[in-house]
Amino acid sequence: MIRLNNVHKSYGNGSNSLHVLKGIDLEIEQGEFVSIMGSSGSGKSTLLNILGILDNYDEGSYHLNGTLIKDMSEKQAARLRNELLGFVFQSFNLISFKNAMENVALPLYYQGVNRKKRNKIALEYLEKLGLLPWAHHMPNELSGGQKQRVAIARSLITRPKIIVADEPTGALDTSTSYEVMDILTKINNDGITVVIVTHEHDIAAMTQKIIRLKDGVIAEIIKNGELKEWKHQYNKELEIA
Amino acid sequence: MFDLDLWKEIIDALKKNRMRSFMTAFGVFWGIFMLIIMSGAGRALENGVMEGIKAFATNSAFFWTERTSKPYEGFQRGRRWDYKNADIQYIRTNLNDVEYLSPRLFGPSSRGGDNTIRGIKTGAFNIYGDYPDYFKIDPWTPVKGRLLNEIDIRQNRKVCIIGERVAEVMFDKGENPIGEYLKINGVYFQVVGVVNPETRINIGGGQKNEAIMIPFSTMQRTYNMGDVVHFFSVTSKPGVPVSKVETRLKELLKSRHHIAPDDLQAIGSFNIETEWKKFNSLFNGIQILTWIVGIGTLLAGIIGVSNIMMVIIKERTQEIGIQRAIGATPGKVMLHIVMESVFLTILAGYIGLALGVGLLELVSMVLDSSTEEMFFRHPEISFKMAVSALSVLIFAGIFAGMIPARRAIRIKPIDALREEK
Repeated sequence: MIRLNNVHKSYGNGSNSLHVLKGIDLEIEQGEFVSIMGSSGSGKSTLLNILGILDNYDEGSYHLNGTLIKDMSEKQAARLRNELLGFVFQSFNLISFKNAMENVALPLYYQGVNRKKRNKIALEYLEKLGLLPWAHHMPNELSGGQKQRVAIARSLITRPKIIVADEPTGALDTSTSYEVMDILTKINNDGITVVIVTHEHDIAAMTQKIIRLKDGVIAEIIKNGELKEWKHQYNKELEIA
Repeated sequence: MFDLDLWKEIIDALKKNRMRSFMTAFGVFWGIFMLIIMSGAGRALENGVMEGIKAFATNSAFFWTERTSKPYEGFQRGRRWDYKNADIQYIRTNLNDVEYLSPRLFGPSSRGGDNTIRGIKTGAFNIYGDYPDYFKIDPWTPVKGRLLNEIDIRQNRKVCIIGERVAEVMFDKGENPIGEYLKINGVYFQVVGVVNPETRINIGGGQKNEAIMIPFSTMQRTYNMGDVVHFFSVTSKPGVPVSKVETRLKELLKSRHHIAPDDLQAIGSFNIETEWKKFNSLFNGIQILTWIVGIGTLLAGIIGVSNIMMVIIKERTQEIGIQRAIGATPGKVMLHIVMESVFLTILAGYIGLALGVGLLELVSMVLDSSTEEMFFRHPEISFKMAVSALSVLIFAGIFAGMIPARRAIRIKPIDALREEK
């Protein structure tokens, strides 16, 4: 589904250039639930932006769903994002002057679906996420958890193959965070690949595979089977601290 | 191609950001409103003045006599002199460039007290002796009866035509003046026409419709004026500038009346052509000025719109980022912003146009209902002007939207999304 081969990325130019990703090799299969962890500056957000075709990379190759993503025009990128990817952000990024339903329906607008139809589909998705009563509320009338659920509904409406989430629980309290993770797990259970960036160990522990980045390279990949052990180790670390 | 959904999105975005939309629109509204008002006012001034003179023959010149300012051929300076019938005759036969020639005599004027009597009614009017050709230079319309004609001149008929004001004073309401007699300066004249001037250019002072005109020849005989001519008007043949005729006539008259060729004072003359040119360039100037100032105001409005749009883009960076992330192509984002801008400018401009024209109509109505003579008439803008203003607006809308739109699509989606709120 996702295949990265020796991906490099620098920001800036000349002597000021900052080498953020220093050769990333990564494969994510369809239906995986993956989290990317790392301290700040380790390149995890950059990696996610490249995965989400929101940013380009300098070297190496990135195949998404079998297509090589390189030097794409903005138009192609926009189309691929619309078809394959769904985004969830830390700060929700809902459009403030549109109500929940209109926010959810927006990606379909860019696909050329007519208003009536896309609003109907949006309501279906809101219902799935238990937000039907809030469909006509503006974002500022919703709680953080509700906003994030609206954002998730929006990311799902195009039936993407991959959900890319940048710190989806970063702005939420623990119990809401767990709710959001539950929703993401359910989505994953429906066969959609979910990739999240997080710095919270407990959130990462709910995924099937953890990719730890350190200084622009992958430090370790902890797979499903090893998670229990990792959790154990993480708990011990907590106890010591 | 009409994309209903796109329009719904645009109108939605504008409606939900009312203050922003309003401020944007107001700049353009004000620009176009001012352009219309100023242009209309300029046009009104032009109409006011031009309506008063446009029927007047623009290729005409007028001559009268003044005292000489130089001694010549044994005559002292300061001599009084007059044109004679022979001069008129000479000009008629020798100057081919002259089309119409109309000598005039100034009889008793309204300033000299009552000079016209009918029964118990009396009035003070300006009495002129005229040729029929005069009405080809300074047109009058007969309201009743007729103008003067050649037979009146040849037979020295004691007939007169009177201005409307004269008819008001000397006759009762509903009374028909035609065929009635007026005693003018002691002599009875039969009224053959009631006339109304087509222009406001006035030779001889006083109110123009307080004039009584009698045949030139009749006046010379009846009031014992000999062969004196007080004043005459000429028009040049088509294609000949009247100033050329004016110069030629002056030379001729000087040599016939023993006046020094370099005496600039002895012959008084007035040339409508040069005045007309002055007026025309004045009004062209006003129109040009109106456009410069109007376009300036409009431009300021448009720059305002562009500026506000720029700020809006900053404010909307995040929104645009989200749209991009969920699949909006740069073209679509750009189209959105440009269409918003065009829609706003056209709507605002149209309202400005409508209100401006409406106000002009209102002023026009008020002015029309007042009977006073005014040099400010029919403020209006031409259809051409409205169309060009509108096309300037569309262009402006695209321009105002284009700059911020280009900036908007240069923002990478990630940068837009990172933007701190």
